[in-house]
Amino acid sequence: MTDITASSLPVAAPPARRDIGLKKRYAAEARFRMYGIAAITFGLVFLAIMLGTIISKGHTAFWQTTVTLPVTFDPTLIDPQNKRESDPSVLIKANYDKLAQQALISKLGIDAKSKPEVAKLKGFLSDSARIQLRDMLVANPALMGQTVTVPILASANIDSAFKGQVDLTVPEARRKVKDQQITWMNQLAAEGTLAEKFNTGLFTYGASSRPETSGVGVAIVGSLYMMAIVLVLALLVGVAASIYLEEFAAKNRLTDLIEVNINNLAAVPSIVFGLLGLAVFINFLGMPRSAAIVGGITLSLMTLPTIIIATRAALAAVPPSIRQAALGLGASKMQMVFHHVLPLAMPGILTGTIIGLARALGETAPLLLIGMVAFVANYPATPFDPATALPVQIYMWANEAERAFVERMSGAIIILLVFLMAMNLTAIVLRRKFERRW
Amino acid sequence: MNVMNEQKIEEAVKARMTAGTNEVIKMRGDKVTVHYGEKQALFDVDILIRENQVTALIGPSGCGKSTFLRSLNRMNDTIAGCRVGGKITLDNEDIYDRAIDVVELRARVGMVFQKPNPFPKSIYENVAYGPRIHGLTRSKADLDEVVEKSLQKAALWNEVKDRLHDAGTGLSGGQQQRLCIARAIAVSPEVILMDEPCSALDPIATARVEELIDELKQNYTIVIVTHSMQQAARVSQRTAMFHLGYLVEEGPTEKMFTNPDEKRTQDYITGRFG
Ligand SMILES: Nc1ncnc2c1ncn2[C@@H]1O[C@H](COP(=O)(O)OP(=O)(O)O)[C@@H](O)[C@H]1O
Ligand SMILES: [Mg+2]
Repeated sequence: MTDITASSLPVAAPPARRDIGLKKRYAAEARFRMYGIAAITFGLVFLAIMLGTIISKGHTAFWQTTVTLPVTFDPTLIDPQNKRESDPSVLIKANYDKLAQQALISKLGIDAKSKPEVAKLKGFLSDSARIQLRDMLVANPALMGQTVTVPILASANIDSAFKGQVDLTVPEARRKVKDQQITWMNQLAAEGTLAEKFNTGLFTYGASSRPETSGVGVAIVGSLYMMAIVLVLALLVGVAASIYLEEFAAKNRLTDLIEVNINNLAAVPSIVFGLLGLAVFINFLGMPRSAAIVGGITLSLMTLPTIIIATRAALAAVPPSIRQAALGLGASKMQMVFHHVLPLAMPGILTGTIIGLARALGETAPLLLIGMVAFVANYPATPFDPATALPVQIYMWANEAERAFVERMSGAIIILLVFLMAMNLTAIVLRRKFERRW
Repeated sequence: MNVMNEQKIEEAVKARMTAGTNEVIKMRGDKVTVHYGEKQALFDVDILIRENQVTALIGPSGCGKSTFLRSLNRMNDTIAGCRVGGKITLDNEDIYDRAIDVVELRARVGMVFQKPNPFPKSIYENVAYGPRIHGLTRSKADLDEVVEKSLQKAALWNEVKDRLHDAGTGLSGGQQQRLCIARAIAVSPEVILMDEPCSALDPIATARVEELIDELKQNYTIVIVTHSMQQAARVSQRTAMFHLGYLVEEGPTEKMFTNPDEKRTQDYITGRFG
């Protein structure tokens, strides 16, 4: 051993640098990242524009102009001959429009005898005031002779005007809202009598020819019925079919053929399913038109391939080691599937189901064919009664010319989007929660 | 090649063998062939598996050890295109006979896999699953006892007795493998098949499992596939050497490692190929 310390050893000279194209490689990567960011930005911008338009057009639909008036249930107007004791139908036939008009006249302080002024009052309040007041009195006859403060909807035109959606520079003759009405509107608004209130009617009303009393209530119920039917039918049939195909069926030509066809079915345009529903369920089986049951079954057929594909993928993703463990212990194939494979595949199955459901919820075309594009004012008591669906309601409102209907259409789109987002969020949460437990 | 002749087999089946040993034949392979589709993976394997002994299957990768092991509890049935020929008996009953139910067979011939594969459930549920599906216990107390006994036999009880309801997948690799052994033991099998049970374990966990195998042979017949010559030498009484789908030679482990009949065995054991 010599006494050379380690630090006195010569250091290896660095070799001449080789050009291994580092610069070019990094440049390529930076370029690729840029493309990616550009693509995402492009997508986000369009999403923002779409959402922005819908929300800016639709948010006003959630507010409705309401006039709060002290209404006197004047017996001399309602029952001039005083025979309500003997003939209760008097209460139903009475001229309630007049009551509302009276209330408005006294509130505005106009001369009740001035014919032209009174004429201009027509179309200020919603026609629904008649029904509203009638229902109040019929439900509680003790109101006769009393004065009650009632919130009455303004007509759709006044509502639009109050929301600033009417172009007042247009000559009065070519507008639906007259200058006098605008003056009154502003007068009432200044008093606080006329104001915008949260539009619960949008969620509760059915179809109506008056925009202010039309809502998505019936459509939501129809959609819920259909979703329930799709959930039960498509999930049960879909999961059963997938388990059989994935776990039990022999792999041969026939099952290959079935598999190809399921994949093809998933790509079939939805309107074709509507034709099928029309031909089979309505024309052949004689099921009722416009009913949620037919819509539900049709949408189930449409959703089935999606659920089958998702379920099979989820089943196939369960590691073979788990299957072997179960079989090795002497579990039968059925026990293996139901005790081990299915529970592990459940999150994937549910995710697929929710995505399929969301697609079915937004589906319009097949429902048009089976007659769900109908004017349905009453809630369907059962899935066999006529109903509409949310997207169909949107479609119907989109065909209306009135400004107030267009506003409701945008409002309904927002409601539909909220439903869809909630469903997709549920799918994501489920996936996160149960992901990879092995 | 050391081929057992009929006479010898009959003798073995009939009674304990002479020469002071108390050997009983538990399983027997007779001209076992296995095909995967067109490809033949095993050729005429004749072998005896002795009761309460550890039989090690050795040989280079792809020689058919796992294939043979799987044919002993018909796990090959689950592989599409796999056909087993010849005859395999358990207690002199043909396990591929129609009269034998595969579910029952697997309850009698348990299996431990190469990679620990506990169910993604609690430790308790892992062990309790087998007794439950086979209806082996009458009451919850019964089941608790089986679970405890099995975990004790698998030398895992002390480590997990305070967290029986934690996930089995949360254990270390070696503990998971012992859990799988406990799970297999819980159905009271007669034979336990182990396919490279230590290949995914570290040396300390391996030593624990080897100790365990040594203890288990008092109650069970064990067939173990291993890549480690040392392991075969440490735990087994009999060793069978496979090569290219053929059983090259089978005999007492001591003889196989010191004085094998076949040159191929010698070469493989000394690391000249494999
Ligand atoms: N599931 C399978 N399908 C087709 N061939 C297989 C399958 N399993 C094993 N084989 C083939 O059978 C032969 C023996 O494999 P294996 O029994 O796994 O060998 P070892 O366990 O001894 O390494 C190999 O050639 C392998 O390719
Ligand atoms: Mg192997």
